[in-house]
Amino acid sequence: MLLNQPHPLETRVLTRRFEYPQRDPIWVDEFVAKQGYEGFRKALGMPPDEIIDEVKKSSLRGRGGAGFPAGLKWSFVDRKSSKPKYVVVNGDEGEPGTCKDRVLMEHDPHRLIEGCLICARAIGAERGWVYIRGEYRFHIDILDKAIEQAYERGYLGENILGSGMTFHLSTHTGAGSYECGEESALLESLEGKRGNPRLKPPFPATVGAFQCPTTVNNVETFCAVPDILLNGGDWYHALGTPKNGGTRLVCLSGHINNPGVYEVPLGFNMKRLIEEIGGGVWKGRKLKAVIPGGSSSPILTADEIDIPADYDSLAKAGSMLGSGATMICDETTDMVKLLARVMKFYAHESCGWCIPCREGTAWLAKILARLDEGAGMTRDIDMIDQLATSMFGRTFCALGDAAAMPAMSIVRKFRHEFEAKIGSAEVFVPAPGTQPLVVL
Amino acid sequence: MTFSQELEARFAKMIGNYPPGRQKGALIPMLLYAQDDIGQITDELIDEVSKRLSVKRVEIEEVLGYYTMLHREKRGRRHVQICTNVSCMLRGGEELWEHARGKLGIGNKQTTADGSISLEEVECIGACSWAPAILVNYDFHFNVTPESLDELIDGLRTKQ
Repeated sequence: MLLNQPHPLETRVLTRRFEYPQRDPIWVDEFVAKQGYEGFRKALGMPPDEIIDEVKKSSLRGRGGAGFPAGLKWSFVDRKSSKPKYVVVNGDEGEPGTCKDRVLMEHDPHRLIEGCLICARAIGAERGWVYIRGEYRFHIDILDKAIEQAYERGYLGENILGSGMTFHLSTHTGAGSYECGEESALLESLEGKRGNPRLKPPFPATVGAFQCPTTVNNVETFCAVPDILLNGGDWYHALGTPKNGGTRLVCLSGHINNPGVYEVPLGFNMKRLIEEIGGGVWKGRKLKAVIPGGSSSPILTADEIDIPADYDSLAKAGSMLGSGATMICDETTDMVKLLARVMKFYAHESCGWCIPCREGTAWLAKILARLDEGAGMTRDIDMIDQLATSMFGRTFCALGDAAAMPAMSIVRKFRHEFEAKIGSAEVFVPAPGTQPLVVL
Repeated sequence: MTFSQELEARFAKMIGNYPPGRQKGALIPMLLYAQDDIGQITDELIDEVSKRLSVKRVEIEEVLGYYTMLHREKRGRRHVQICTNVSCMLRGGEELWEHARGKLGIGNKQTTADGSISLEEVECIGACSWAPAILVNYDFHFNVTPESLDELIDGLRTKQ
């Protein structure tokens, strides 16, 4: 189940072993028969710096949302440190609209293990964890089985493939928290605590899991690494656009004819992605807006989407590539309702650590609910923008920004929809002579 | 307090997955796996986990207050979780939520009188391309319609 029909316009690297219709996961025998663990074997014969150089050359950037160059991240780990080094996989996948990591873990779990092994080799780690959100128990079980197989075949454990290298890997379940997708909050959660973010710097490369140097990357980022080692960083880089190497998974959802997870090169035109791969807007309707990278990314209107979808082009367009979650809104979409729903989510998920986010998201959610019900005032519209602007950039982690960005972009681009809702509900009028509770 | 043999084996292995002296790392997985077995987080369970991992009760309470999947209260044997976040909302998640409430006659985080089914409105469950999606315990159901939801719930009732 799950896998949508592949599209001829896809470039299949991460998903090259997938088959449609979907069947059991690719277990170790089949994986090895299809070039599995060959990238890792190659890495075993390379000095760590060369591995990191290869990943740098590929210009692979973090697929979790921030788009930080992976090779550079790996190079920050101090291999000479006397402390143990750790590899942590971020499989929390909580960004609304994102459902790609689960596809990778469900179909090709050994690819992820291979990616971890290569990273471990590069940074000198002997232990790693795959942190997976609690709702994905099905995927945790698949990965547990794959890890067991890897131990049996000598790809994990001590003296791996006779090389003298040691690496242990296990899964770690989350228990329902969007915030734990933020890398420092994830590390707190891994240590058995509330998922509150840490002050940075120090970054995890210096002080990460259990206070030791740690590399944290998204599932998809690790999954891209085996093919980079196998075919070279230059090959991977050439698939995408300059500084945006390779392919990525996009999750098409919302008002679209063929929703699904597809693999396209970085820089693939967003309009073509929606019209050709996604089959266009459903029910013959017109496109109103696209949320290009998960609910935290600023919204793009229908005439802003004829751009290459890579990190730099999206940033230039005032949005972000984010986690690859592309949500399509047709002409009937109520943007006030949409933003109210988005904000309800952030208010629910704010961990409460930083006041601007804890208070900001909660108040924004209330004001937006009021506007959506038609009981809002004109000044509410300005207040949304003001609140979001004052929250932006003033929190430990990016959750405050993640809530502020859609708020600012939607209220600015679709202000007329907010104005149209004002006065549409019967407003409570206090009886004459009632003393107001608060005088403004 | 003793757990099933399977769970004991899991815990024994799990504690070894964290650096020496940092076994607190196993706290959240341990609570969640134990909750799956016994249905809820009980006082007895908190004491047991506290003893096994050498963590204070209050450290466990902190975690319980934070993670939405950990719950002190008893839930239905089948916990129906309906996503109404953006991708699901765009394809009818909210209508589905209303439909489920009407069908079961219970509200958010409530359980039917016979204790068989509980209901919760949840945030994004990561099934956006197959929306609207719901979770029953850990089982995903995709592209759910009010009709298929009726069928599903009727099926859960007869299974008991």
